[in-house]
Amino acid sequence: MDMQDRVVTTKTVEIDSHSINFGPQHPAAHGVLRLILELDGEVVERADPHIGLLHRGTEKLIEYKTYMQAVPYFDRLDYVSPMCEEHAFALAVEKLLGITAPDRAQWIRVLFAEITRVLNHLLNLTTYALDVGAITPALWGFEEREKLMEFHEAASGARLHANYFRPGGVSKDLPAGLEEKIHEWSLTFPKFLDDLEELLTGNRIWKQRTVDIGIMSAEQALAWGFSGPPLRASGVPWDLRRSQPYDKYAEVEFQVPVTRNGDCYDRYLIRLAETRESVKIIQQALAKMKPGPIKVQDRKFAPPKRSEMKRSMEALIHHFKLYTEGYHVPAGTTYTAVESPKGEFGVYLVADGTNKPYRCKIRSTGFAFLQATDVMTKRHMLADVCAIIGSLDVVFGEIDR
Amino acid sequence: MLDFLFNTDIGLVILTFAKALALLVPLLIGVAYLTYAERKVMAAIQLRKGPNVVGPFGLLQPFADAIKMITKETIIPSGSNRVLFVMAPMLTFILAMLAWAVIPVNDGWAIADINVGILYLFAISSLGVYGVIIAGWASNSKYAFLGALRSAAQMVSYEVSMGFVLVTVLLCVGSLNLTDVVRAQSKIWFCIPLFPMFVIFFISALAETNRSPFDIPEGESEIVAGFFVEYSSMSFGLFFLGEYANMILMSAMTSILFLGGWLPPFGIEPFTWIPGPFWLILKIVLLLFVFIWVRATMPRYRYDQLMRLGWKVFLPFSLIWLVLTAGVLMAFGLLPNA
Repeated sequence: MDMQDRVVTTKTVEIDSHSINFGPQHPAAHGVLRLILELDGEVVERADPHIGLLHRGTEKLIEYKTYMQAVPYFDRLDYVSPMCEEHAFALAVEKLLGITAPDRAQWIRVLFAEITRVLNHLLNLTTYALDVGAITPALWGFEEREKLMEFHEAASGARLHANYFRPGGVSKDLPAGLEEKIHEWSLTFPKFLDDLEELLTGNRIWKQRTVDIGIMSAEQALAWGFSGPPLRASGVPWDLRRSQPYDKYAEVEFQVPVTRNGDCYDRYLIRLAETRESVKIIQQALAKMKPGPIKVQDRKFAPPKRSEMKRSMEALIHHFKLYTEGYHVPAGTTYTAVESPKGEFGVYLVADGTNKPYRCKIRSTGFAFLQATDVMTKRHMLADVCAIIGSLDVVFGEIDR
Repeated sequence: MLDFLFNTDIGLVILTFAKALALLVPLLIGVAYLTYAERKVMAAIQLRKGPNVVGPFGLLQPFADAIKMITKETIIPSGSNRVLFVMAPMLTFILAMLAWAVIPVNDGWAIADINVGILYLFAISSLGVYGVIIAGWASNSKYAFLGALRSAAQMVSYEVSMGFVLVTVLLCVGSLNLTDVVRAQSKIWFCIPLFPMFVIFFISALAETNRSPFDIPEGESEIVAGFFVEYSSMSFGLFFLGEYANMILMSAMTSILFLGGWLPPFGIEPFTWIPGPFWLILKIVLLLFVFIWVRATMPRYRYDQLMRLGWKVFLPFSLIWLVLTAGVLMAFGLLPNA
C-alpha cells in the first residue's frame, strides 16, 4: 500500500458531542446551578452555566426598604456566610453617614466575621469532599458547625439569618459567658481540623482527584475577576483584610495563606489554612475585646435602650422614628467591599438623601467564579466538574440575588 | 421418608429446593441486616446514631424499608424499552442469588459441590455486568447510560486481574472445586503466602461490586445514581438487594479463597469446638465491615484513574505474581498434584 492509499483509507469521522443537564436538581449542583455540559464521551467540551433560578430581585427590593430594613436581605444572599455580607452593607452605610462603630462593636464584628468564615469554610470543604465522594468529612464538619451555629444563635437569636451587624455597630451585646465558650471552642477546634486533614490532605485518592484539576494561573484568575481563596490559590496574595483593613483587622495578626498552583487541591489547602488563621483572629479578638457600647450613641442612627424608652420621651420618639421612617442618609455613593469567606463581596450604594437607598448594586463573589467554569472544566472529565464546582464554593443566593 | 428424598427424582427436586431455601432465606435476611449494619457502622464513624426508631435499636428498620419499597409504585419511563427495563433488575438479583449454589458453608455443605466451582463463580459474577448495562440502556436516559458504560468498562478491567488471582490460587490447590480450595488451606491460609493477591482480590471485589471508592457507575455526586437512576420501587429494590448480596458473595469468596473458609484460625482445641459455618460467617462479617469502613473513609476514584489502576497496576502485578508463584511451586516441588 503506498502513501496515496493510506490517505484515502483514513477518513475523518465526525462524532457528535452530546449534552447533558447538570442540575438544577443535581446533588453536586450546590443549590440551583444549571450547567449544560457538552460532552465528548465523558470529556467536557463546553460548560454553559445558567443562572437565575434563585433570583429574588434583592437589589431592587432594597431600593424600596429603609436602610435598616435592608440588612436582612444580605443574610439571604450568601446564606452560608450571612454576617460577612451584613458587614459590607453596614460598613457602606457607615461610610455614607460618616460614623464609626465603637471599639467593642468593631471587635464583635471581627469576631463574628471570622466565626462566619470558619462556618463557611467548614461547609465548603466538607461538601466539596462529598462531591468527590468522601462522605464522612461532611458529617464531622456539621458537628463542628453546630457548635458555631449555637454561638451565632446566642449572639443574634438566629442560627442562620442573623440580622446582627447593623450600620453603627451590632444589634445587641454578647450574652454573658459567650466569650468564654467561644474561647474554649477555639482551643479544641484545631484538633478537629487535624482530624479532617487526616482524612483528606494526604489521601491518595483525594489528591488524584484534585491535584492539577481546574488549574487557573494568576493571570487567568485576575482576568476572570477572581477574589478570595481561589485567587490566593493561584498565587496572588490579595486579601482585603490585609490590603485595606476595615474595623479592627489592622490590629490583629494573621497570615494570608497563598499557594502557587491554582488547582482544586490548592483551593482546598488555602481554605484549610485560612480556617486556622481565623481561629487565631478569633482568639485575638476575644483577648482585645473590652466592655463598652456596642452601637453608636447617636440616637439618630441607633435605637435607644429599652429601659431608656420607659423614662425619656425623646428616646421614645427616636425609637419611633427609627423604626418607621428610618434614618436619612446624605447623598453620596460608595463602593465598600469586605473579604467575605468566598472572596471580595462589595456593595455599591447610591444614597439620594432620603431614607432609602437610590441604588444598591451587590458584587457577588461566586458570579465571577461561575463564569470561569467553562475555562476551568474544558477537557476535564465529568467527575472533575464536581470537584471544580465544589472547590469554587459557589452559593446561588448571592449569584442570583 | 429419607429413601423417598434421596432415591426418587421428585424427592431430589424437593431436597434441592429445600436446600436452596435454607441458604437463600438466611442470605436475604443477611442482606437486610447488612443494610442495617452499614447504616449503623457508618453512623458510628460519622458521629451519628443511625436507625434507632423502628424496633429496639432500630432493628426492624430493614423491614420497614422493605415494606416501603414494595408498596411504592413502579414507574416505567415512557421512552424506555419496557421488557428490558423490567428484566434488568431481575437479572441482577437472580445472578446474585445463583452464585451461592457452589459456596461451601461447611465441609461438604454446598448445594452443588461441582468440580468447576471457581469457574462457575467467575462466570456468574461476570454476567452481573449485563444487568447493569441492560438497565442503563433500557432506561433511555443519559445519566443511566453513562453509568452503564462506566460500569461495563470497570467490571471488565477488574475481572481480568481477578482472573489471574484465581489462577494463582488454583495453582496452589490443584482443583477448581471450592471445597478442595478450603481443604488445601488446612495447614496455612492462603492470605499469608499469597498476601498481595489477597489484597488485589479484595480491592477488585470492591470494584466488582461497585462499592466505594469504585462506585463510579452510581457516583452519587456525578451521575446521580448512575444506571438505576430511573428505577423506583421494587425494581430499584432488586438492584439494591443484588448489590448487597454481591457484597456478601464477594466476602464469602474472599474468605473461601484466602481466609480458609469454614476452617478455624488454629486447628487446636478451643477453636475446633466452634462449628465451621460460624467461622465462615465471622470472616464474611469482618470483610463486610471493611467494605463499609472503606466507604466511610475514601473519596471516589475518577473513571480513568480506576481504569489505570486496573490495567496498569493490578494486571501486571497479578501477572508477575502468578508467574512467580508458578515458578516457586515448580522449583520447590510444591505443586499439589505432582
